Amino acid sequence: MQVRVFYFASFRDAVNREEETRRMPPGSRVRHLWEALAGDVPYFARFGAMPPAAVNREYASAETELHEGDEVAFLPPVAGG
Amino acid sequence: METHLTRSPIDVAALLKEARRTDGALCVFVGVVRNESGGRGTVAIDYEAYAAMAESELARIANGLSRDWPEVRVRIQHRIGHLEVGEASVAVLATAPHRDDAFAACRAAIDRIKTTVPIWKKEIRPDGTGEWVDATL
Repeated sequence: MQVRVFYFASFRDAVNREEETRRMPPGSRVRHLWEALAGDVPYFARFGAMPPAAVNREYASAETELHEGDEVAFLPPVAGG
Repeated sequence: METHLTRSPIDVAALLKEARRTDGALCVFVGVVRNESGGRGTVAIDYEAYAAMAESELARIANGLSRDWPEVRVRIQHRIGHLEVGEASVAVLATAPHRDDAFAACRAAIDRIKTTVPIWKKEIRPDGTGEWVDATL
């Protein structure tokens, strides 16, 4: 199964890219993807907990199951305004 | 669908023209770029959005406010890109027959925007370096 991962703000700076395609085992959940990324990127590994995540442009929980072609983003703390 | 994100300067006067003839109160909040943050100088802020999601989150907030204050209509504009000190980054217009509802909905709107909408800001210091806000680690 392949998903597209999008990076923004400080996370984009940390990985030095805006998006990538990741291959994950079928049945993977959002938290499994975060664990995989944290295994690759030391900046992510320093987070004590998974940051807010979005699947297909909507907030999603750590237990949300991923599907082929999903658009996933982990969101740095939001400042806005 | 109405768009909430813009790369162009926010036109507050144009926003005011959206009031209905039944509205007796127009409450506007405008957030602008300030020249300091926590005692450190700021010369500009770069705003970055997860645009597709930010649009839908802003629409969701506007719809939620309409449910909470049925007589109020809320319009939100958020600018992204490079903004200098004094430029407006966000504008909220809440219009209602009476002022109590307009004030309350306007306040709730900006508070919700700051919590859930995926927009980030990088403060640019006088020496040209940039720092993501709240990206604390």
